[in-house]
Amino acid sequence: MLPGFPDAAPLAGLLGGVLIGLAAALMLLGAGRIAGVSGIAARAFGISGDGTPRSGAWAFVLGLPIGAMLIAWGPGGIQASFVGYVPLIVAGLLVGIGTRIGSGCTSGHGVCGVSRLSQRSLVATVTFMAAGIATVAIMNAFGLEVLS
Amino acid sequence: MTRSWPVTLLSGTLFGAGLALGGMVDPARVRGFLDIFGDWDPTLAFVMGGAVIVMAIAWRIQARMAQPLIGATFALPDRTDLTPRLIGGAALFGTGWGIASLCPGPGFAALAIEPAKAAAFVVAMLGGMLIVRLFEPQR
Repeated sequence: MLPGFPDAAPLAGLLGGVLIGLAAALMLLGAGRIAGVSGIAARAFGISGDGTPRSGAWAFVLGLPIGAMLIAWGPGGIQASFVGYVPLIVAGLLVGIGTRIGSGCTSGHGVCGVSRLSQRSLVATVTFMAAGIATVAIMNAFGLEVLS
Repeated sequence: MTRSWPVTLLSGTLFGAGLALGGMVDPARVRGFLDIFGDWDPTLAFVMGGAVIVMAIAWRIQARMAQPLIGATFALPDRTDLTPRLIGGAALFGTGWGIASLCPGPGFAALAIEPAKAAAFVVAMLGGMLIVRLFEPQR
């Protein structure tokens, strides 16, 4: 579909991205908040004291798997392969620590902040992208095959 | 005050559907994006691009609104300082993202696809958040 990249799904990606953008726009214009998943999750689970009202945070977090389930039930279904439990847990810890210290993740910084041209979010996004790319390159160099 | 949860539930559901449709709930696809020195898969760039374009329009609309549809005021980040915390935290997050090719949104969304593995990631992530909180109780 995309010349040179037989595995890419540009149309599904763009449509998915537009849905994510609409979701974040609804959060912004409807509830007056940033749709940053790490911050909202921290609020829902009582780790962060400020942010969207707690019931609203819970409802947002609950919506994420509901939305994925709706797509999984659809014609295309979903195929997904995950890394093993040990790398999942190591990664989860790093993601949890890093998103709290760095005030956001792919959604808050990468979508909401970048689209607002926030200097902090642009720097954070370049940083976590570079770190992700470097991590995958290093794992590949050492032959760490973690995807099952 | 009007309740916000019906709006945030709809937002979360749209968000999860977008992640799933865009292939972001599949770590193999995200890893393909991060693997720029290997068999690169640019799909994630289309997801980010689509989301950023829509949100760029939303920010223009927001600038003309006195208050959100529900609630009295916008509660938005206003910091502009670049700190070692911001960069260090983003680097730690990116390292975890590289290891499992999952970030917080897809982690929660994947609970509907591969519950046991997604739960392991999500619980560890919440544990990591709690660790930061324990070391910095003021935040």
